Amino acid sequence: MQIIVSGLIFGCIYALVALGLVLIFKTTEIVNFAHGEMAMVTTFVSFVFLTKYGFSYGVSLVFAFVFAAIFGLVVYFVFMKRVQSSPHLNQIVLTLGLFMVFNGLAGLIWGYQPSSFPEAIGGDPFKVGGVYITKNELFIVGITVLLMLLFFLLFRYTKIGLAMQAASQDIMTSELMGIKVSGVFMGTWAIGTVLGGIAGVMTAPITFLSPNMMTEIMIIAFAGAVLGGFVSLPGAVIGGLIIGAFENVVSYYISPEMKIVFTFLLIIIVLYIRPQGIFGGAKLVKKV
Amino acid sequence: MNNLIGNKKVWLALLVLFMLVYPFVVGQSGYLMTLFVMITIYAISAMSLNLLVGYGGQISVGHAGFLAIGGYSAAILASKLGLPFLLALPLSGVITGLIGLVIGLPAVRLSGHFLAVATLGFGLSIPQIALNWDSLTGGYSGLGLFRPSWLSSDLQFFYAIVLSAILITWLLYNILKSRLGRAFLAIRESEVAAQATGINISFYKTMMFTVSAFFTGLAGGLYAYWIGFVSPNDFTVVTSFLLLGMIVVGGLASLPGAVIGAIIFTILPELTSSFVGLTNIAIGTAIVLIILFRPAGLISVVDRFKKKKQPVKIIEENDQIPLPDGDGGAAKNVNL
Repeated sequence: MQIIVSGLIFGCIYALVALGLVLIFKTTEIVNFAHGEMAMVTTFVSFVFLTKYGFSYGVSLVFAFVFAAIFGLVVYFVFMKRVQSSPHLNQIVLTLGLFMVFNGLAGLIWGYQPSSFPEAIGGDPFKVGGVYITKNELFIVGITVLLMLLFFLLFRYTKIGLAMQAASQDIMTSELMGIKVSGVFMGTWAIGTVLGGIAGVMTAPITFLSPNMMTEIMIIAFAGAVLGGFVSLPGAVIGGLIIGAFENVVSYYISPEMKIVFTFLLIIIVLYIRPQGIFGGAKLVKKV
Repeated sequence: MNNLIGNKKVWLALLVLFMLVYPFVVGQSGYLMTLFVMITIYAISAMSLNLLVGYGGQISVGHAGFLAIGGYSAAILASKLGLPFLLALPLSGVITGLIGLVIGLPAVRLSGHFLAVATLGFGLSIPQIALNWDSLTGGYSGLGLFRPSWLSSDLQFFYAIVLSAILITWLLYNILKSRLGRAFLAIRESEVAAQATGINISFYKTMMFTVSAFFTGLAGGLYAYWIGFVSPNDFTVVTSFLLLGMIVVGGLASLPGAVIGAIIFTILPELTSSFVGLTNIAIGTAIVLIILFRPAGLISVVDRFKKKKQPVKIIEENDQIPLPDGDGGAAKNVNL
């Protein structure tokens, strides 16, 4: 039980990263492989505010998230806007290139030496029905649930949410209907990057702060998003949670090094049975 | 003179000549020869990957896994079973091809990002498996192997690699020109249309993976013999990303494009090897710049140069209208 719960808590981080990925993909149809590295940069920025300027934890996070939103906008304007109509492969390779640039820049500025990052809420773990949970872990779960609810409400009841949905359906038609698609895309990139930043800040206390901290998480979150179908926000969260739990079970019962092998084996089996992912909906075949 | 520039055969002959005299130009320096061998190995892998991605429209983000399998197969066959070079090298290709077949079978049902994740998982898993399967792969410490006595010097083996590379390029060129290659192109353009003309899609998609894996495995085997050693860290998922970067930067659906990409991405990291961050920035910037400003790859520069020499083509009514923004060509039509 403890193993599954700990797995689910890490799964929450995968879920947050996957959520940002799917959000950006759903609206703009770009898979952002640099998502994890952008989250890492945001985390470093919050660390700079925290240590160099001595702001309190909350204030530096707010500043970092403002930075993340601007960062997302800049990436959209400088790079993504130009490849919006390019083939998928070019988009994928472009974001892989950005991934390397951000990783290298962070390494150049802050160095590859890992440093420790404070937890949001300290304190000793407490026991809930035979399972130990720290306050920080509870906080991670709380934030994930809160964001999930927020996105549900955003998409269901607000104008911007509906505009995002419309833009994800058909860019040209939405534009003709009076939706400023470019503005919607800007919003999506900003929100997606902030989401990644939240995940980064939560990861840093667990894995230590370093330019490579998000790489593996990003890959697994990507797998989680695919498991969930890649177009469904609840799917992304559930995919992330499943992988988190499964990974922890494998590393406990088999071997920690083999967890990635078994995780991908699981994904391939699931995709073999359901090629569109668990929440992918009906498979569309593009006819001539 | 004009004829000479436009003539492909002259360029090919010059290239082969350069490959043959290269060891003497650099004074048989071990470092520069290894650099050249690495370019050759990456060029073979990139051409094989281009067969899959550029011609076949199937993305693979885990191709370095095939390189690793090829390297390990050669090492295991040569050191544990004591097979001679002439048997171990082709077998390393065959084993990798068979694994490509196994990977290709489930991959047939997937497309786009789903296929990317499946192949990504494959590329991530191979080094982990190599690390954990101690009895077969030697775990962390890796596996060593020796070259055959008649190819023992660097110079002799260099020519063996050059010869294999020429042979493989010739084979790939002919495969792409054959019925098989045309079926790949048809599947890339439209699966539905390909099926309608009687192309068995699952069969050809699996074939793509098998053929591509076979040649990549050969490259991995050559690598193992050249270095004399394989370890789990030789080909990681970053290598897979680099291979993908090579074919996109060089040019999709183009064998010379893959070679250009391989040259750039093998030399670039060498120039900045003093700091890992700089390497990443250099590679990343190169990729970003090419995608933004030359989306059809560097080979499109050569093509444009060639077109200027030809008489102006009259656009007929049923000809495709050229795209205004200039990006297009094969990359535009990759069906992911």
